Amino acid sequence: MDTQIFGIAVMYLLVVLLAIPLGRYIGKVFDYESTWLDKFFDPLDRLIFQLSGIDPRPAMSWQQSLVALLVINGWWLVISMLVLTTMGWMPLNPDGNPSMPFDLAFNTTISFVTNTNLQHYSGESALSYLGQMILMLWQFISAGTGMAIAAVVFKAMKEGLNPSLGNFYSLLVRSCTRILLPLAIVTATILAFEGVPMTFEGKGTMTTVQGETVAVSRGPAAAFVAIKQLGTNGGGFFGVNSSHPLENPTYLTNIVEDVGLFLIPIAMVFALGFMLKRRKLALTIFGVMTLGFLMLVVPAVLSELGGNPALSKLGVTQSVGSMEGKEVRLGPAASAYWAINTTVTSNGSVNAMHDSMTPLTVLTTLLGMMINCFYGGVGVGFLNFYIFIILAVFISGLMVGRTPELLGRKIEANEMKIAMGIALLHPFLILAGTALSSYLYAENPAELAGWLNNPGYHGFSELLYEFTSASANNGSGLEGLGDNTPFWNYATGLVMLLARYLPIIGPVAIAGQLAAKKYIPESEGTLRVDTGTFGILIFAVILIIASLSFFPALTLGPLAEYFSLYRS
Amino acid sequence: MKTTLIPALRLTLVCVVLFMGVYPALIWGIAQLAPNRGRGEIVANNGATYFTQIGQNITTDRYFNGRPSAVGYNAAGSGGSNKGPSNPEYLATVAARVDTFRVHNPGTSQVPAELVTASGSGLDPHLSVEAVLVQVPRIAKVRGVSEASLRDLTAQHTEKPLLGLFGPEKVNVLELNLALDNLGKKGFGNPIHL
Repeated sequence: MDTQIFGIAVMYLLVVLLAIPLGRYIGKVFDYESTWLDKFFDPLDRLIFQLSGIDPRPAMSWQQSLVALLVINGWWLVISMLVLTTMGWMPLNPDGNPSMPFDLAFNTTISFVTNTNLQHYSGESALSYLGQMILMLWQFISAGTGMAIAAVVFKAMKEGLNPSLGNFYSLLVRSCTRILLPLAIVTATILAFEGVPMTFEGKGTMTTVQGETVAVSRGPAAAFVAIKQLGTNGGGFFGVNSSHPLENPTYLTNIVEDVGLFLIPIAMVFALGFMLKRRKLALTIFGVMTLGFLMLVVPAVLSELGGNPALSKLGVTQSVGSMEGKEVRLGPAASAYWAINTTVTSNGSVNAMHDSMTPLTVLTTLLGMMINCFYGGVGVGFLNFYIFIILAVFISGLMVGRTPELLGRKIEANEMKIAMGIALLHPFLILAGTALSSYLYAENPAELAGWLNNPGYHGFSELLYEFTSASANNGSGLEGLGDNTPFWNYATGLVMLLARYLPIIGPVAIAGQLAAKKYIPESEGTLRVDTGTFGILIFAVILIIASLSFFPALTLGPLAEYFSLYRS
Repeated sequence: MKTTLIPALRLTLVCVVLFMGVYPALIWGIAQLAPNRGRGEIVANNGATYFTQIGQNITTDRYFNGRPSAVGYNAAGSGGSNKGPSNPEYLATVAARVDTFRVHNPGTSQVPAELVTASGSGLDPHLSVEAVLVQVPRIAKVRGVSEASLRDLTAQHTEKPLLGLFGPEKVNVLELNLALDNLGKKGFGNPIHL
């Protein structure tokens, strides 16, 4: 039991120790300060831009940056559809896996280009190695997209009138080559040496001690798993993601993968502090995020270590904790810890089946995705948090009777309208989707029997979780849900699309408009956003919005299951 | 529009080369230096080869049994049960597994959870020490060896937490079973990692 707790403690410690210097480095990359990796990356970037015919120097407006982002993402959607629907007869397919049907390719394409990685398929049987590798490409550049657009917002928050917002293409390439690529190479190397396969050979075979012949799926997994963790992507190479013994073979790989999952989201907060030269602001934001994270992770870990009370009644000892859907080498504590990590950061990889977790863990993972900014996805996590900062500034301005002001710029009606719209979009997509699917299921229980793997409250949680995961661009699931159907593929595909691009456009528009306003240097009368008091206010705003929006739905799902399961 | 469309496509194609070509090729090259050249860890024993990290469906009384699997240890189609903790059908399944276990291991009152719950991957190769030791009396009886020698064997094959500090203690069921077959045989060493 103790070694399980030590294990998760060391993971958190490692991640914070690494995130501070990485944040400094990310700040330098976005501010074009020199680093020791320039010798290698300057020529590489020059070559990339030469081949692309792009001049990376001129600064772009926020509108130009958004157009560039949407156009290049549009190409990715088209190319991904082409590859996924034809890969069956393309090269690199030693296992002879088929092409995807249109609805599944639609869902998978959006899922990976939007950095969600919701998977309505199983990697072993539904993708060729070419298909896996095109998804790996999106894992790099969709993460790079989020970081680059966050950098645009960081730059817009700088002091002075009309700060330069930088060049989006340049920021995108720098995010991919100078941040994601080196981290991925280091991570993939460790994974390969610990036993994660990295081969282009097809399935292996073995004869078991009982004489059965078994085919063993493998492939170029190490390269894929590294970036899936680092870019808050989360899509597994194998169907069961990082609970697969070839995707996450040892406790060491679990530490490396979990640290990788958490690293950039936290480092981005420190990068903000370095870029704005406002260390206290970064610490305030980090403090709020950490408080929220702890509030979710502690009940989840305790609940999984406590086991399933219904099993204890059957004469089962659960000395390590609840083991359904979990792996012995990782243990319930590391699985619960990962479950919260992956949901607060919009990663969505899993190292245990969330569908079999105890109700409190399902509740806290759902809350992590519903709030979606306790660290959050690479880049976009901060954009979500930014919306809450705007709301908190506005509310505190009203409370003290002063014009709301963020870092020297007045927040007015237009910014507030955008912020409110974005803040309400997430609950709307989740609740409307869940309501629609619940209605369909209740109307056609016989026809749609394949949807739910569990009856009652838990079944409702499966529906709620799927839409929450899609709207949070998370990608994990209560995988008992029979989700490879046209309804789920199209519905969650549309949700992922809206929930990716609108919450990028909104904050960038706010930040861009604010940057163009008159800059009022700080004075005695300025509302300070880098204090503990303001931190508490942001935290309260986040909690109030989440509670009002989601608690009715949570009551019908995990809370009801909790009270029915733990009633003695 | 043309000034945005074409450069965006060209940049995408350059990214294809870099992240779908150069990056995986580099990692593949590095993996050639890794144990078993990145083909998934394999162990050879008396002429047979196995993937040690992939659990096997072992149900006979002669061997240490592994965990139940929702996919029958199909290593080409991993999966968990995805049954919720309050699902009555699931609880009935576990109750039946507990009964079966007690039939094969008479005298066991409390059954360790791993032996009656399905793993996340359906391919879990490990058990806790507790879940191995509870099977020792049965195997000692079937094989006619002493319980003490089986407990020694278990201790030899117990993998400590990482650096003695982090994560759970565990036993690889396949390696333990291979050692069990080699118990008392002269001239057969331990399995070789390729």
